[in-house]
Order: sequence, then structure tokens, then C-alpha cells
Amino acid sequence: MWKWLHPYAKTERTYQLCQLLLPWFSVFGLFIIILATVWGLAFAPTDYQQSDAYRIIYVHVPTAVLSKSLYIAMAVAAFVGLVWQVKTSFMAMMAFAPVGATVTFVSLVTGAAWGKPMWGTWWEWDARLTSQLILLFLFLGVISLYKAFDDKQQAGKAAGVMAVVGIINLPIIHYSVEWWNTLHQGATIMKLDKPSMPPEMLWPLLLSILGWILVCGAISMLRLQNEILQRDLKRPWVVKLALNEHVWGDKK
Amino acid sequence: MNPRRQKRLMVVSAIVIVIAAAVGLMLYALNQNIDLFYTPSEVIQGKEGNIPEVGQRLRIGGMVVEGTVKRDQETLAVSFDLVDTGPIVTVSYQGILPDLFREGQGIVATGILTSPNHIDAHEVLAKHDEEYMPPELAEKMKGIKHVKPSESSDYESGAY
Amino acid sequence: MYFDGFQSFLDMGGYGLYVWLSFGVSFLSLAWLWLDSFFSKKALFKNVHAEQARLARIKVASENSENNGVQV
Repeated sequence: MWKWLHPYAKTERTYQLCQLLLPWFSVFGLFIIILATVWGLAFAPTDYQQSDAYRIIYVHVPTAVLSKSLYIAMAVAAFVGLVWQVKTSFMAMMAFAPVGATVTFVSLVTGAAWGKPMWGTWWEWDARLTSQLILLFLFLGVISLYKAFDDKQQAGKAAGVMAVVGIINLPIIHYSVEWWNTLHQGATIMKLDKPSMPPEMLWPLLLSILGWILVCGAISMLRLQNEILQRDLKRPWVVKLALNEHVWGDKK
Repeated sequence: MNPRRQKRLMVVSAIVIVIAAAVGLMLYALNQNIDLFYTPSEVIQGKEGNIPEVGQRLRIGGMVVEGTVKRDQETLAVSFDLVDTGPIVTVSYQGILPDLFREGQGIVATGILTSPNHIDAHEVLAKHDEEYMPPELAEKMKGIKHVKPSESSDYESGAY
Repeated sequence: MYFDGFQSFLDMGGYGLYVWLSFGVSFLSLAWLWLDSFFSKKALFKNVHAEQARLARIKVASENSENNGVQV
């Protein structure tokens, strides 16, 4: 673990890795997300029960899946930071948090916009919806706890503890629809059985999830770079890097 | 231990304790009663020995029994039977039903238990399952032919 | 295309409001987050430039004052 992580404890090395991956994630992510959205909106067949309202699935499921994945990523980063004292991992935690909060928010809004016409209500305090709302609060809690401390090492530790403890919410979200009776239906694709969807509806959904993963990956890397730059702003390598970069509004 | 480190330790452990307590309480509360609704069997036979009393406000979830939906021609009043595995509970409701409300559909109704097997609902929500398929496939596989709610003329014709 | 025409595509079987609301919120949020991250990076580089320019000015000023003996 340590041997593998060690080089990336150096912030410059991590920055360069992100710089290398960023264009690929951005370009492919954007392309796939557009392709999947157009496919899902205009070319996938309609649903027998829900008619075209079901098309909301093409943004609702990717954001819901991403909200949980990003939480795991954030919690793992926090755990590594707490145990191995790797500075960059707290920066990674703070890079994932706003992205996670945004997709969680989007999953809740799209869920509401889907629930209104289908179920008959924007919101219901059922186990799935409530635990997803708690996930949003956990992301926001980690962000605000981190910002509450001036000493960033201390801030990382406090927010890291919250991120790690909050992971208990993830199995609750996932199994809420099985453990309790809820208004929300069970899983369509995130289960061991084969998906309850024919291929012509499933493909755009899987592509859409992939697109969202790549784009959120790109944004997280960009934010990690920002965290690193912020911390190393006066270091020679950042100064050298910045002077090679063209900056708008610079008098030269 | 120096004071700064001690303070840091205090802050972190306080956070851990508060969060652990909150999560513990939440789980406790969830286990007590997080189920969104009673099933018709639970209304009649009781849930863990608890039979709901007449006059109690409760929420019921079940399938609409086919052929039991009765609509008032003049108003939006409607009544239907709900079933899960055994007993039947009748629900009456006045208002606009969700688009997914159909016979054979799972629904959740909130209201007052007016007699052991009758609920006066003020809210009716529709549940749907996790299966998605094109209409042609559904017709072939299940023999289900759904009509877009806006095209069905048998109820609320004036509302659309 | 699954729909008969552009109008029915916009209408989404009567659920246009909800479908377009969902997609609108999703992509606006994503775009906002992406642009925010992008411009933050630009802003950080700009900070470095400004700091370097300030350091250069100080250096020039102190050299001038040494060479000419003029108090700044």
C-alpha cells in the first residue's frame, strides 16, 4: 500500500498524473454523455407503464450511482489520510466532496421530478429517499467541517473522520428498498440478477453511467489539481508551471 | 500531552461521539418503524401483534383489485379494494389520482381507518416496479395493454 | 428517432415539463461545477503571476534604490 502510494504523496507527481489523464477523461466523457443522452431521450423506446416520463432514468440513475461511488472514493481517501498521514489524500477527499454533493443533489431533484408525475408526489419520507437526503447532508457536512478549521491538517482529520463514519449510510441506501417497504421501487440494474430492462433501453443507460463516471472523474481531478496548487502556491514547481501558462488579462 | 494536541484530540473525539450517537439513534429509529405503510393483511391481522385501531391515521400499500374501482359519475370520488396476500381493505378517496393509478397497480394511500377494513384516504400515491420495457414487448409478454392516462376516457375525462 | 416529430419529442408524451426539468437541472449543475473548477484553476495561476510580478517590482525598486541611493 505504502510503496504504491508513496510517489503520489508528492503533490507534484499527483498533479502531473491528473494533467496526463484529464484530457482523455474530459473528451471521452463529454462525447459519451452526449451520445447516451441523445440516445436515451430520442431513440430508446418508450416504457409500457410510464410512457416517456421514464426517460428521466437516463440522468437519475447515473447521478444516483455516482453519488454512492463518489462517497466511497471520498471515504477511502479520508481513511488513507487518517491512517497513513498522506497529505494529498485529504486534498483528494476535498476534491471528491463537492462533486459528490452536486450529483447527490441532482439525483434528488431528478427523483422528485420523476416522482411527481408517476407516484403523485415530489417527496415522500420513505427509507430510500430519506437516506439519500442524509447522503447529501454528509457531503455538505464534510465540506463545511473542513472549511471550519484554519489549520488544514486538522481540518482534514476532522472532516476525514466524518467521511469515514458516514459510510454506514451506504448499505442503508442500497438495501433500504429491500429491508423496508418503500414507495421507491427495487434496483433495476445494480443487482446480481440480470437487469429488468431490454437491451435497447439498457445500452443508453449503461453508456450514460459511463459518461457520468468519466466526466465526474475529470472534474474531481481538476479539483484535486486546484487543491494541490492552492497548497503549493509558493513552491518553485508551481511558480514555474504558472509562468508557462497563459493567463487571461495578463499584461505581457 | 501538549495543549494543542489535547484540544485536537478532544475535537475529533467529540465529533466521533456525536456522529456515532446520531447514526445509532437513526438506526434505532429506522428499525422501530421505517416502513412506509401497512399492508392490507397487517391492517386486518395486525403487525407484530399490533392491530391498528379504528380512527387511527395510517398508510396502506397494496394492489388495486381488478374490477373493484368504482367512480362517481358527478364528482372525483372513487373507491377501490386493496389486497396483498389475503384480506381485502377498501379505500375511498376524493381527488385526482396519479397517472399510474390502474387496476392491478400497486398504490399507497394515506387516510383514517373508519372501520376495521375501510380507509377514508386523503392521499393516493402510485407505486411502480423496477421493470422497464417497450409497450409492444409488454403486450407480447404479459398481454398488458396500457393506455396513456391522458388518452383514457373512463375517468376524470373533464380534467384533461 | 423514436418520436414522430420535433413537437412530440418536446412534448415527451405529456411529461415534457418533468423530463426537461430533470435534464436541465442535471446538465446545468454539471456544467456549473465543471466551469467553477476550471476557472478556479485559472484564478490560481493568475495569483502566481500577480505574486511574481509583485516580487519583480520589489526587486527592481530595491536595485534602483541601491544604485542611485534614492529613497523610495
